[in-house]
Amino acid sequence: MKISRIFNQLMASILVNSIYAMVNYPVVMINTLLAPLSILAVVTFASHGSLLPIGALGALIMNMVQSGISIQGDLSHLKNDMKLQDMVVSSPTSAGIYIFGMAISEIVYSIPTLTLLLILNFLFVKASLFAWFLIFIDMATIFTFSIALGFLLSTFSSDIVQSWAFAGILSPLLSTIPPVYYPITFIPLPYRYISYLSPTTYAAEIAQSLAGYVPVNIYEFIMLWIVLIGITVLIFFLALKKSRWREV
Amino acid sequence: MKINAIKLTKNYEGRNLALDNVSFEVSMNGMLAIIGKNGAGKTTLVRILATELLPTSGTAYINDIDVIHNAKDVRELIAVVPQEARAVPWLTPLQTVSSYLMWRGLSYRESRERGKEVLRTLGLENVENEKNRKLSGGMKRKVLVATVISSDAPIIFLDEPTTGLDYISRKELWEILNSMKYNRLIILTTHYLEEAEVLGDKIGILDKGKLLAFGSMDELRRIVKYPFIIKISGDVKINSIDGYIKRLSNGDVQIFSTEREIFKLAQELLEGKIKFTVQEVSLNNIFEFLVEGGVED
Repeated sequence: MKISRIFNQLMASILVNSIYAMVNYPVVMINTLLAPLSILAVVTFASHGSLLPIGALGALIMNMVQSGISIQGDLSHLKNDMKLQDMVVSSPTSAGIYIFGMAISEIVYSIPTLTLLLILNFLFVKASLFAWFLIFIDMATIFTFSIALGFLLSTFSSDIVQSWAFAGILSPLLSTIPPVYYPITFIPLPYRYISYLSPTTYAAEIAQSLAGYVPVNIYEFIMLWIVLIGITVLIFFLALKKSRWREV
Repeated sequence: MKINAIKLTKNYEGRNLALDNVSFEVSMNGMLAIIGKNGAGKTTLVRILATELLPTSGTAYINDIDVIHNAKDVRELIAVVPQEARAVPWLTPLQTVSSYLMWRGLSYRESRERGKEVLRTLGLENVENEKNRKLSGGMKRKVLVATVISSDAPIIFLDEPTTGLDYISRKELWEILNSMKYNRLIILTTHYLEEAEVLGDKIGILDKGKLLAFGSMDELRRIVKYPFIIKISGDVKINSIDGYIKRLSNGDVQIFSTEREIFKLAQELLEGKIKFTVQEVSLNNIFEFLVEGGVED
């Protein structure tokens, strides 16, 4: 009974924030597709096809980041413009279930893009089953980081214009500029360290090394995971601290 | 259904008191209308009772459950349409109602069935699959009211649900609210005094965070010094009276006074064959007395 109730509450968030939007306005499904694919196309053409596999992995990371960050705009819109969150606050749904449902809805929203990118990856990225498993964990981690960051930002955002600004700033900072679509070795050494300010650099290097495109020794590999998980836990903790279901 | 507010005070940082020691108790099925000007503290009061906001001090109980410490249990009993709430434009009315019911724990099938039933009751069955953005302002507001009616919540908060609606749409919504108040307690905030008088079984008057008066219309009339009005057409010489004389722009005269004075004056007018009408003061008059310190021309 309890589990079915929680399932229904999760489904409400997923339906409102993704499925109903996709059913009522099918054009939104193209929305998440354009940015990752357009950059992948540019990188592929500019490298005469040599960066297609790395680019495909990068597009997957960008999709995860974009999906996660989207939660800040959606939460802010539903809270500030629709006052829907106030209706949910006063209902039996808890904050955790509402946010978790919204997080899943972001993934559901990007299912068409995700499907296409996974097909591209399976076609062009040669990796073992175990490597794919780790790449999956890597993607889940960067998605968790993005969701936590998006949620944290939504608590600062008082209207949708501010949310759009956050999204506009974060997307290039996290997925276009860092070495997500290309190997980090393409960046000259003194500047290479700057790219490590972005957690997507770690996620990309993990994925690229697992697919055999960049050489990383075991110690570096473990370090990449430690930093990526560390940043994710830190942002997650900050988001939890900042979150308030009931205002003071 | 019962609400007990005890010395509720809310002090937003850097601003005046939004609520100042507000206490009241209401135990009934029906409509409690909270009236006040903008910024009087209506929304703050509703948000505290609806477990959306913590008070600075004081507490409140809903059906004897503490809203501060047992918010989770209170949320099983209440449903809220916040001020300025909007029907999500990309949803249909049926999707709006059913998803809200799912947040309350109902299954997809149950929520759709109940959603259809409530939309039919409110006359929205023909637009149940239209997108909300295509509906008129009145219909959108009805959709929001449908969400909370469709729940089994015995206590419903509606924060200024008719603000911005035209008179016809407002009256339509009044009919709906009137028909649904008999098996639950509805707390309605409004700055339309007529609305509160028509719908409210009990009325609370808030001003600058203070609850100035609370009770039924009869109880409120007993609070004011002059609960009756005699209205005389044309300019008439009035002997000294314990009351308040108000000359209207059309030349008519309104005299606010006590029952005894009004009776005495009515006899004099009858003897002088002067036409007049007698009525009890309206909520508008009471509000002017209490909030503005008198009746203005």
